Amino acid sequence: MNKIKCAIIGPGNIGTDLLYKLLRSDVLEPVWMVGVDPTSAGLARARELGLKTTEEGVDGLVPHVLEDGVQIAFDATSAYVHADNSRKLNALGVVMIDLTPAAIGPLCVPPVNLATLAERSVMNVNMVTCAGQATIPMVNAVSSVQAVDYAEIIATVASKSIGPGTRKNIDEFTRTTSSAVAKVGGAKQGKAIVVVNPAEPPLMMRDTVYCETADEPDREAITRSVHAMVEQVQKYVPGYRLKNGPTFDGRKVAIFLEVEGLGDFLPKYAGNLDIMTAAAARTAEMFAHKILDGSFVPQPISATEAA
Amino acid sequence: MTLDEQVRGHKVKLHDMCLRDGMHSMRHQISVDQMVDIATGLDEAGVPLLQVTHGDGLGGSSLNYGRGKHSDREYISAVAARMKNAVVSVLHVPGIGTLDELRMAADCGAGCVHVASHCTEADVTEQHIGLGRQLGMDTVGFLMMAHMTDVETLVEQALLMESYGATTVYCVDSAGYMLPDDVTARIVALRAALQAETEIGFHGHHNLGMGIANSLAAIAAGASRIDGSAAGFGAGAGNTPLEVFSAVCDRMGIVTGVDTFKLMDVAEDRVLPMMEKPPRADRDALTLGYAGVYSTFLYNAKEFARKYGVPARDILVELGRKRMIGGQEDMIEDTALTMAKERGLIES
Repeated sequence: MNKIKCAIIGPGNIGTDLLYKLLRSDVLEPVWMVGVDPTSAGLARARELGLKTTEEGVDGLVPHVLEDGVQIAFDATSAYVHADNSRKLNALGVVMIDLTPAAIGPLCVPPVNLATLAERSVMNVNMVTCAGQATIPMVNAVSSVQAVDYAEIIATVASKSIGPGTRKNIDEFTRTTSSAVAKVGGAKQGKAIVVVNPAEPPLMMRDTVYCETADEPDREAITRSVHAMVEQVQKYVPGYRLKNGPTFDGRKVAIFLEVEGLGDFLPKYAGNLDIMTAAAARTAEMFAHKILDGSFVPQPISATEAA
Repeated sequence: MTLDEQVRGHKVKLHDMCLRDGMHSMRHQISVDQMVDIATGLDEAGVPLLQVTHGDGLGGSSLNYGRGKHSDREYISAVAARMKNAVVSVLHVPGIGTLDELRMAADCGAGCVHVASHCTEADVTEQHIGLGRQLGMDTVGFLMMAHMTDVETLVEQALLMESYGATTVYCVDSAGYMLPDDVTARIVALRAALQAETEIGFHGHHNLGMGIANSLAAIAAGASRIDGSAAGFGAGAGNTPLEVFSAVCDRMGIVTGVDTFKLMDVAEDRVLPMMEKPPRADRDALTLGYAGVYSTFLYNAKEFARKYGVPARDILVELGRKRMIGGQEDMIEDTALTMAKERGLIES
């Protein structure tokens, strides 16, 4: 079977974990790893795994995009450089999967709205945040049964699994997640709380989802919907588990989750990073299938149009 | 040197917590009128700083921590407008509150902010300490659950907060677990490492009845700000009772500028009547201090103990064993459910 060729920008933890997932894909073939530091361990590892690499950032990739047939690129750098990366690659007809909090494209949580986004043939999708990937499917599981006035999520991640970038910009992380909980999850209002726990050995990612339904919650229908959605997420994150709940208290529904990572490159407790890379890989696979069967022909976006 | 000799003549700022930490004891249901009444009393008694926020800080009103009766905006503006000398402070925990909420608090008249993080995670406070300074607030770094890390790490974290712009750094005994020697070791090390102009504070809880003794140890070691709460109103078995501490300060020649009799009257006539049950070290609150568990977990643990039939003390000990930290209130119901299943009290 033909595979769609991909580039990964950012050879850090996320980029490297993603690389391992792409190497297992039936429809994706990682061919380029892009970094900015010639001594980066991530670039060296990618070279060992047979990828071409550049330490000149996206500008080092651009001249090779067409000859190497790169059609999908993943950005695992930072929000500050993403817009620039996206503009340069979109201009060459490359679809961007954005793992930064830049969110210039539509927000994508695979079991909730990937199919719709793929139909729309968008050229840039954003993977929200790890907390969003872990919790929004559950908000959606409730809001697809009945109206949700308010959804609140609490994500607790192990201190060792969260890098300096996220720590420095914890406010963007919180706000991006809050807004996606409402917008993508389907709640009137959303709130996100993030806790960083330093326990040793590190704790698995834990996520709690509270939904306040507009009317008395339909307990049976919500419980069924939650279990069905857990199965959907488990298709790409096998360590996604419902630990407790749903419990009901008046109009409040509580759902308690744990996310164990696959341990591809990152340790298993870092389920928060695993769910990001797994969601990004799944999103790319959906686009790849559409490109392969001809139902999606990525079109170059000229720089003026993008601006 | 006797303790008296170590503290006599020290100037210390007392910071009242009864309208913030005390919100926990009232499940965040204090009315605006009650707040204004108590705050004006504290102001008249000469308390220089008083904290007004949801118990879990700005943005804390939530299903996880409990919804506030009123918004932080309503509380802060109502109180700030009535202060003659006292400065209104707010608690702000990055990950719960956002920068917009801090801007709102400053707009409403808050002049001081405690930017809080778990004792090993100070690097999430950079944006927030930076904004506090930019807004011209008295900006404090607040290292919570300080018993959970060693002295060296606490010092590193305090230096980070100082480097972000905090002009005061606190050692916070959120679990009411510390004994005086624990406090001394931490404050001495902080005093030695931080710049001379950076103030050091101590925030105690009374779960082991050590609030006052620990605060004295902190002053002897170089702390110049002490948090307490009129009538001891606060999470767990409450905070260091401020009127009692003020009386002790008078006896020991610690200069606070607070009128102890007036403060006693506020505690007795205005705070105490509001309480359903005055905070005390009952077996559950005592367990917090004994096992080193976040004081705020107390009320939720009691609630889910009733709901699922697992004793609150067992839930709290388990939360401590799993090393749950401030903010993880959601894990109380989760833990109660898991324990109830294991004990065959509910179906799994």
